[in-house]
Amino acid sequence: MIKRSVFTNRKLPYLLILPQILVTATFFYWPAAQGLFQSLMISDPFGLYNTFVWFDNFIALFKDPLYLKSVAITLTFSACTAFVSISMGLFIATMANRALRFKALIRTMLIWPYAVAPAISGILWLFLLHPSYGVVSIAFKRWFGLEWNPVLVGRDAMIMVILASAWKQVSYNFVFFVAGMQAIPHSLIEAASMDGASPFRRFWAITVPLLSPTLFFVTVMNIIYAFFETFGVIHTVTQGGPGGATNVLVYKVYQDGFIGLNLGSSAAQSIVLMSLIILITVLQFKYVERKVQYTG
Amino acid sequence: MVEKTPILDAFTYIFLMVGIIIVGSPIIYAIIAATLPIEDVSRVPMPLIPGDQFWVNMSAAWDKGDLGTQLFNSFIMASGITIGKITVSMLGAFSIVYFDYRFRTVAFVTVFCTLMLPVEVRILPTYEMAANLFGPLQSVWDLLHLNSVLGWFANHEVDVSLNFSLLDSYGGLIFPLVASATCTFLFRQFFLTVPEELCEAAKMDGASAMTFFRKILLPISKTNIAALVVIEFVYGWNQYLWPLLITTNPKMTTAVIGLQNLIPQADDLPFWNVAMAGALIVMAPPILVVLLMQRWFVKGLVDPEK
Repeated sequence: MIKRSVFTNRKLPYLLILPQILVTATFFYWPAAQGLFQSLMISDPFGLYNTFVWFDNFIALFKDPLYLKSVAITLTFSACTAFVSISMGLFIATMANRALRFKALIRTMLIWPYAVAPAISGILWLFLLHPSYGVVSIAFKRWFGLEWNPVLVGRDAMIMVILASAWKQVSYNFVFFVAGMQAIPHSLIEAASMDGASPFRRFWAITVPLLSPTLFFVTVMNIIYAFFETFGVIHTVTQGGPGGATNVLVYKVYQDGFIGLNLGSSAAQSIVLMSLIILITVLQFKYVERKVQYTG
Repeated sequence: MVEKTPILDAFTYIFLMVGIIIVGSPIIYAIIAATLPIEDVSRVPMPLIPGDQFWVNMSAAWDKGDLGTQLFNSFIMASGITIGKITVSMLGAFSIVYFDYRFRTVAFVTVFCTLMLPVEVRILPTYEMAANLFGPLQSVWDLLHLNSVLGWFANHEVDVSLNFSLLDSYGGLIFPLVASATCTFLFRQFFLTVPEELCEAAKMDGASAMTFFRKILLPISKTNIAALVVIEFVYGWNQYLWPLLITTNPKMTTAVIGLQNLIPQADDLPFWNVAMAGALIVMAPPILVVLLMQRWFVKGLVDPEK
C-alpha cells in the first residue's frame, strides 16, 4: 500500500531505507545464509577444515535421543508456561474488568512484572523455591510433608522454571485481555443480562467468543516467548539441569554451539528453530487475514 | 442495565486482592530479604518482618557486583537500541509509504521477512558476523582468490585479511538488536492512517519531503514514539543471551548478566540478602519506565496486534 500523493525524489527514498536494509542484511540475511551453509557442513572446533555433508547434520539431529528429549521438554515447558500465564492473565483481567473502583490502581499493581527481565524473574523464583532457604518450599514441607528439591529433581526444576517464566507473562496477557474486553460493546452484555443470562453464562457465551482473536494472538506470542525469550530463566536457574531435565531447544543451541563447539549441529538446530518460527508467523498472518475478511 | 450482584462483586475484589498478592509475592519477599542481615536471611524459615539492613545490603550488592559500571552499560545499550530502532524504522517506513520507486516492493519484502525472527534463533552466525563485520567481504575476497591474484601482480606472497570486531563494544551490544521489522511495521501502519490532505497541503506550500517529515509527520507521531520508547527500552534493558555472548570483559557486560555473580552458589555463605538487593537495583529502571509511562506502555503493547 502507498499514499495517493507521494513525493518524487530520485535519491532520497533509497537513502532513507538504506540504514534499515544495511542492518537487516548484515544481521539477518548474511547470518541466516551462513547458518544454512554451516548446517550442511561438518567442521572441527578450530575451523581448520570443513566438509560438505548434505543433510547429515539434520538426519543425525533427528536420530539423536538427546535432541528428541529436548524437543519433548520444550513442548511441555511451552505448553505449561502458556497455559499458566494465559489462564491466570484471563482470570485476573476478568476480575479487573468487573471492578468499578480503583481501576487505575489495580492496573498499576498488575502490569509492572512485565518490566522484570526473565533472568531476574528466575533469580526471584529460585529464592522463593530454594530447597533449603525458600519460604514456599519450607511451607510446603511443613504443612503437606511435600519433598521438594528443584536442584536435584528434574520434575521440580521444571515446575520452577515454568513458574518463573509464566509469572512475568501474566502482566502481558492481562494488558491484552483487558484491552480486548473493553472493546466488547456493552450493549451485548446488557442485552444478554436482560435475557436472564448469569454473569458466568455471559462470560462463556459473549466474552470468550468475542475475545478469541485476542486469545489466539496472545497464545502465539506466549509460545514464542516460552520458546525463545526464556533463555535467561534457564541459564540463571538450572543451566539445563538437573540431568538435562530443563534443557530446552534454545539452551541446547547455545550449549552445543558455544560450549561444545559442535558448529554443524548447532547451525542445524538454529535452522530448525527458524523454520518453526516462520511457520508460526505464516499461520498467524493467515489467521489474521481470515479474521479481517470475516468482519469486513 | 446489568443486574446487581453484591456477593459476586465482593468475590471480585477478594480475588483481585489475592491475584495482586500472588503477582507481587516474589518482589515483596525479595524486598524483605534485602532488609535482613545474613544471620536472619539464612535462618529457616526466614523471618517475614523487614530488618534494618536495607542500605547496607544495597551498598554491598553495588560494590560486589560492580553495578555502577554495569548499570551504565545497560543504560547505554537500552537507550542505543531504543533510539537506533526508532530512527531506522521511522525513516524506513517514511520511505516505503511516501515515495514511489522501483526498489520499493523489494525493500518492503526484504524487511518484513524478518518480522518475527528473534536473535535467539540465529545466535552463532550473528556472533560470527559481530566478531568480524568484514566477514562477508572476506568470503568474497577468498572466493575470488584475490590473494593469489594480488600476489601474482606484486610478485610475492600477499595475505589480506579484513577484520573489524564488535566484540566487547557498545556497537556490538546495540547494532544486531537494532535490526527489527516490528517498529517499521508499526510506523508503516500509522503513516497509512495519516490523512492524504496533510501531504498534499505540504506539497502545495512547497515543502520538501524532509520538511514534511520534520514539521508534520514527526509531531503527529509523538504518542507512537513514546509508546515504542517504553517497549524498546524494557526490551533492551532485559536482553540476556546477546550480551552474554558478545561480552567477555566484566567491565563491558550489562547489569542483568552481572547479577549472576551475586547468586550464592552451593559452597558460599548464603548471601541471599545481597543477591535480592542487587536484583532490586537492576530491575528498578525498567519498572519505573513502565509505571511512569503507563499509558504509552499499554498503547505500545496492544497496538501491534491491530
